[in-house]
Amino acid sequence: MEEIKLMKGNEAFAHAAVRSGCDGYFGYPITPQSEVMETLQELKPWEETGMVVLQAESEVSAINMVYAGAACGKKVMTSSSSPGVSLKQEGISYIAAAELPCLILNVMRGGPGLGTIQPSQADYFQSVKGGGHGDYHMIVLAPSTVQEMADFVDLGYELAFKYRNPVLMLSDGVIGQMMEKVVLPPYKPRRTMEEVIAQCPWATTGKVGRPHNIITSLALESEVMEATNNRLQAKYREIEENEVRFEEYMLDDAEYVFVAFGSSARICKQAVEYARAEGIKVGVLRPITLFPFPTKKIQELATRVKGFMSIEMSAGQMVEDVRLAVNGTKPVGFYGRQGGIIPSAEEALEALKTQIIK
Amino acid sequence: MTKQDIIKPENLVYGKTKVLTDNIMHYCPGCSHGVIHKLIAEVIEEMGIQEKTIGIAPVGCSVFAYNYLDIDMQEAAHGRAPALATAIKRLMPDKVVFTYQGDGDLAAIGTAETIHACNRGENIVIFFVNNGIYGMTGGQMAPTTLEGMKTATCPYGRNTDMYGFPLRISDLLKEIDGTCYVTRQSVHKTANIVRAKKAIRKAFQNSIDGKGTSIVEFVSHCNTNWKMTPVQSNAWMEEHMFAKYPLGDLKDTPKKRFDEINHL
Amino acid sequence: MKKEIIIAGFGGQGVLSMGKILAYAGLMQGKEVTWMPAYGPEQRGGTANVTVILSDDPIASPLLQKYDIVVVLNQPSMDKFEPRVKPGGILIFDPNGMTRVPERKDINVYRIPATDTAAALGQVKTFNMFVLGGLLKVDPVVELDKVMLGLKKSLPERHHKLLPANEAAMLKGGEIIEKL
Repeated sequence: MEEIKLMKGNEAFAHAAVRSGCDGYFGYPITPQSEVMETLQELKPWEETGMVVLQAESEVSAINMVYAGAACGKKVMTSSSSPGVSLKQEGISYIAAAELPCLILNVMRGGPGLGTIQPSQADYFQSVKGGGHGDYHMIVLAPSTVQEMADFVDLGYELAFKYRNPVLMLSDGVIGQMMEKVVLPPYKPRRTMEEVIAQCPWATTGKVGRPHNIITSLALESEVMEATNNRLQAKYREIEENEVRFEEYMLDDAEYVFVAFGSSARICKQAVEYARAEGIKVGVLRPITLFPFPTKKIQELATRVKGFMSIEMSAGQMVEDVRLAVNGTKPVGFYGRQGGIIPSAEEALEALKTQIIK
Repeated sequence: MTKQDIIKPENLVYGKTKVLTDNIMHYCPGCSHGVIHKLIAEVIEEMGIQEKTIGIAPVGCSVFAYNYLDIDMQEAAHGRAPALATAIKRLMPDKVVFTYQGDGDLAAIGTAETIHACNRGENIVIFFVNNGIYGMTGGQMAPTTLEGMKTATCPYGRNTDMYGFPLRISDLLKEIDGTCYVTRQSVHKTANIVRAKKAIRKAFQNSIDGKGTSIVEFVSHCNTNWKMTPVQSNAWMEEHMFAKYPLGDLKDTPKKRFDEINHL
Repeated sequence: MKKEIIIAGFGGQGVLSMGKILAYAGLMQGKEVTWMPAYGPEQRGGTANVTVILSDDPIASPLLQKYDIVVVLNQPSMDKFEPRVKPGGILIFDPNGMTRVPERKDINVYRIPATDTAAALGQVKTFNMFVLGGLLKVDPVVELDKVMLGLKKSLPERHHKLLPANEAAMLKGGEIIEKL
């Protein structure tokens, strides 16, 4: 029988990590995600599954530990919150360039700067458009429930290893701190060293019966570096073709569409309830993957709805991708709150009325 | 004895270790990286650990070390090699893991990673090549640049009022409980090369024995950026570098073990 | 059925754990639940609040503007949340340290002298259970036996000897709550 638990998003992520057959977690404390490492330390997975849990001296060090673990073909992860994720950007660029599979969790808080510990979604650009130096993309998953905080661990690793690419789970303080019921995934054993070598013949697992493996992102010859870039871009196009995920909520008869991810999407679902009580036909498109973005779905919706409203905990970031998809064919509005303030369902509905329905 | 006799395998008195690849090294003539690479490679072969050794190249002149050492290697972001080594050793404890770092990498941008890997007593080896200057980027000031020494970013000589003092990082690291072996070597003379090779072997053995972090510093020169001939720079190194960075063992005791300490 | 509840007070009054017990009890009754704290300052003696939603259907937003039940345990919380009780909803307050009583006439206001009662009985540590007992008396959003199960779930095993005292506090809370 499946066991239903009540736990925080951060705790569910940690439990799911152990159950996913994860080999190593490397992190550094920061609010509002510290429960991830606290839960892992309490679970002591090194005694049960052999998973390594290590508190590093900084986020910089932690992401570079992830780089090295991923370069060994291991299932490794780190978690942090916005300022800490900024520190990780250098390492993420190297990981993307060296095409290493790993999982990174960002439980977003309000910035810029030290900002606030309250929830935010203002790291959208950083997550989706690059963040570090150079042309690269992470696959970005946006959970909106505690259940998804658990479920996206497995999904994240599946995609990371399929494409040899870093996967970011872009969560926020609401999802991280909220308790909801969750059914934890079943235990998967950690892969044996033989399985790691079979799955990742490119990894630095020791030069046994093959030429030596090198994990590097350096190529001083421009032609070589351009070829690397072209290969990466081709991979990103393939990801855009195959891995778009989204949730449709009451869109069948919708005349208006809220576009929102993570906890904002839940607020929009509440707003839909209020709107429909007033007879306004509105639904929610919730991008689950932020890269790749559900551009085609939005284009399809644009042929049959009257307008879009992007609701975010930011000054308006994802709305730019909505506008690019709609490409001027329908009005696109935006409403957001910042600094750790969460937009209310009432505010979202009011913004839809004043900006789009008029 | 004919030439044909001389090159028979049984008459061979010296050969290149198989742990070095056949790639032509990019190092400047006179540079000691080649010698240090060779010594590490020889020790890996002699200890029979080629298949289980993972090396980490830094950012700096030795960034391409992975092209010369025929073992699995990773290239680290600038300064992060000890973090990489930590993760590899923790995830694959049966492997022998080492970093190869320069003074800028280890003692400036990577100071935190260096100190904390040592403080955790990671069972890794850190090879530290200290030539008092940034070589790859064209001869800028390093944390280990000597007082008064001229570089591209202190063209009038290192002024300690402006830039502080040459950092004896190995002396700091020897104070850390997690380190077991801290030694300072050089490879500019045959006797030194023999001693350096012994130190490399000892460091690897410490790692295999789980004694803690071993640091082998190689006091070196950079004739190109010091703007001297190799012979001149060796002499300058002996006179000035060895005065600030004297050769010899700084520490040789296993790290404290958790189960041997009286806890609260 | 859907109940939208907020509990607000000072850090250290057991606001978050009261919410947690409610959430656990709801879970055991087969409800969908969310427990959303205003996190951070509660560890430092500031104001703390937690939104708990119990529902038969999946819960959309875990954060709300209006509530069915509002429990306020200090004056700043009353000032902030009295206007946010839905018309016809419930406001419960502990008069200890309050400078005024609630003013709204379109809601049901209840007073529970939990601080004083807990102090008089030497049960200061179970203060929040008096309040919870009061809440369940005026609106049994979850069953009492489920609350005890929830409490057992949320307490570490070494504290299970405290369960009888907590149950007693909850029953007492039901007796001392009064409608204004």
